[in-house]
Amino acid sequence: MSVRRSSADVTARPATAEVALPLDHRARSAPGYYRRGWMRFRRDKLAMASLIIVIVIVLFALGAPLISKLTGFTYYENHLRFKLSAPGENGYILGSDANGRDILTRLAYGGRISLLVAFFGTVAELAFGLGLGLIAGYYGKWVDAVIMRLVDVMISIPTIALLILISSLYQPGYVLLALIIGAIYWPGDARLIRGEVLSLRNREYIQAARVVGVPSWQIMLRHLLPNVTPILLIQASLTIPSVIILESVISYLGLGVQVPTPSWGNMLQEAARFYRTNWTNVFIPGLMIYITSLSLYLVGIGLRDALDPRLSD
Amino acid sequence: MGRFIIRRLLLMIPLTVGVTFLTFGLMNLIPGSPYTNLRSNPRIRPSDIARLEEQLGLNRPWPVRYVEWLGDLLQGDLGRSMQNQVPVIDRISAVLPNTLLLTTTALIFSLVIAVPLGVYAAARHRSWFDRGTNLATVALWAIPNAWLAIMLVVLFSFKFKEWGLPSLPATGITSPRGGGDLMDRIKHLILPTISLGLIQIGIWSAYIRSSMLEALHSDFIRTARAKGLANRAVLFSHAFRNAFLPLVTLVGLSIPSLFGGAILIESVFAWNGMGLLALQAVEQRDYTLVMGTTLMFAVLTMLANLIADVLYGVLDPRVRVD
Repeated sequence: MSVRRSSADVTARPATAEVALPLDHRARSAPGYYRRGWMRFRRDKLAMASLIIVIVIVLFALGAPLISKLTGFTYYENHLRFKLSAPGENGYILGSDANGRDILTRLAYGGRISLLVAFFGTVAELAFGLGLGLIAGYYGKWVDAVIMRLVDVMISIPTIALLILISSLYQPGYVLLALIIGAIYWPGDARLIRGEVLSLRNREYIQAARVVGVPSWQIMLRHLLPNVTPILLIQASLTIPSVIILESVISYLGLGVQVPTPSWGNMLQEAARFYRTNWTNVFIPGLMIYITSLSLYLVGIGLRDALDPRLSD
Repeated sequence: MGRFIIRRLLLMIPLTVGVTFLTFGLMNLIPGSPYTNLRSNPRIRPSDIARLEEQLGLNRPWPVRYVEWLGDLLQGDLGRSMQNQVPVIDRISAVLPNTLLLTTTALIFSLVIAVPLGVYAAARHRSWFDRGTNLATVALWAIPNAWLAIMLVVLFSFKFKEWGLPSLPATGITSPRGGGDLMDRIKHLILPTISLGLIQIGIWSAYIRSSMLEALHSDFIRTARAKGLANRAVLFSHAFRNAFLPLVTLVGLSIPSLFGGAILIESVFAWNGMGLLALQAVEQRDYTLVMGTTLMFAVLTMLANLIADVLYGVLDPRVRVD
């Protein structure tokens, strides 16, 4: 344990003692909720290591033009004479694909697409889920009934089937793909948020706000939203890796972002046809997806333990 | 209990209508028809295509067609596949057993490994074994399943053959020549089962571990230990029986994701099942077949949820379902 006074001591002090203290003193001595969360997170070695890996991967994707300069290849130029080179062959550090494009360069550019889809997909999913969950939980009655029946319907379809249906019909780019993912996977989040709102709705401070005449939208945004934010953050950190894997599934079925624009998923799909002659081309993008999703999950779990210590054991 | 089942079965009707309406609408909001790819053929006149579409009734507004489809469904008629005029129900029943075989085997495979893992990890809470299982759990559920399936094929059916080791078949349900006996079928089932089940192990063992931990912290366990019961008896006949209950519901709830996973795995292994059929139906814009497969997936999911809830009520007398 660190020498620093643990946050538990601060919160465990009797409330009367706190009231007696001058306000500015209290602000200095008791760090805020998120600060305490960060302090707990920092002590979690596994989560911190994973966070560093995630940052490195993001930098790798952001630095794609730099990688392109270093390797001397673009992500789209074909070199058919050198197709399917093994790693290290013909000047390709990680080998080349069936069109002779450099795997390493495509990996960096593909990371941009995969991470963007994962990020925007998660944002879209949580935005839909949060909006509908807040509304259902706060208004209750028939509004709640309608939204929750819709959730039941959505949950009764294997979501991947719906995703295949929609993306095969629209042939989406990455923005649309992210939106579609959001539109399909929101029900779980809506349920989560609704449950939380139901437990908050009848708290005294909400009732007080209502009595004073604060409009509903303001109660939802000012009073309910900050209280569901921790769950939302945890949910987001656990959703991002699942969307990265999802992108690879959709791409494998040939329905994601289309070549020559690389994504980790469509690199996997393209290479799958040539696994007999060149299995490293399947292995490398898949490993990249795996490392990314694994470290993101570990960060998410660390975040959950840090923000909601009740949930960890 | 009887009334509960009847009410849930009745509730399935509006849910089914909702699911099918959504699918039908989505499918028809997009321009095109099963004959769209004929348009690129210069030797087929647009008027012929229009006539073909008229024959299938595709020129009428989709809500009308939806109501008709629903009417046919009430009479147990799922229509005929628009591609080859085979009744949809025949095409589904031809491949449904394959999917059920794959998903059930994968489910059993993952539970058989995950249950002991979770129970043991909880029994030795915070030991190295527990920490290891925890990490392995995350490591398993972060695996991209498409990658896992292809890499298994690369290793066990391709590289093993290259190295002269006994290899496993990469695709299909039986060998094309001289296959079909039990051993052959089992060999074909191994890789798809592992691909589908391995990731599930992570999910199940995490659930079992946490519900075991909860059970182990309850008063009746303390009582059992105070009475001097053997550790194994406490673990298995007291704690596990209680931890097992939420598992029943979770298995029921996991059915859609299991089917979803099967779509991918069937496509990797050319496993002739519902997933492959659904993919093919979507690709060919075979409206009736898409509706049939979606309906089948939805009904199976709802039935699984219902069975899970009923079982929960039967197994746990404290829970009253009504």
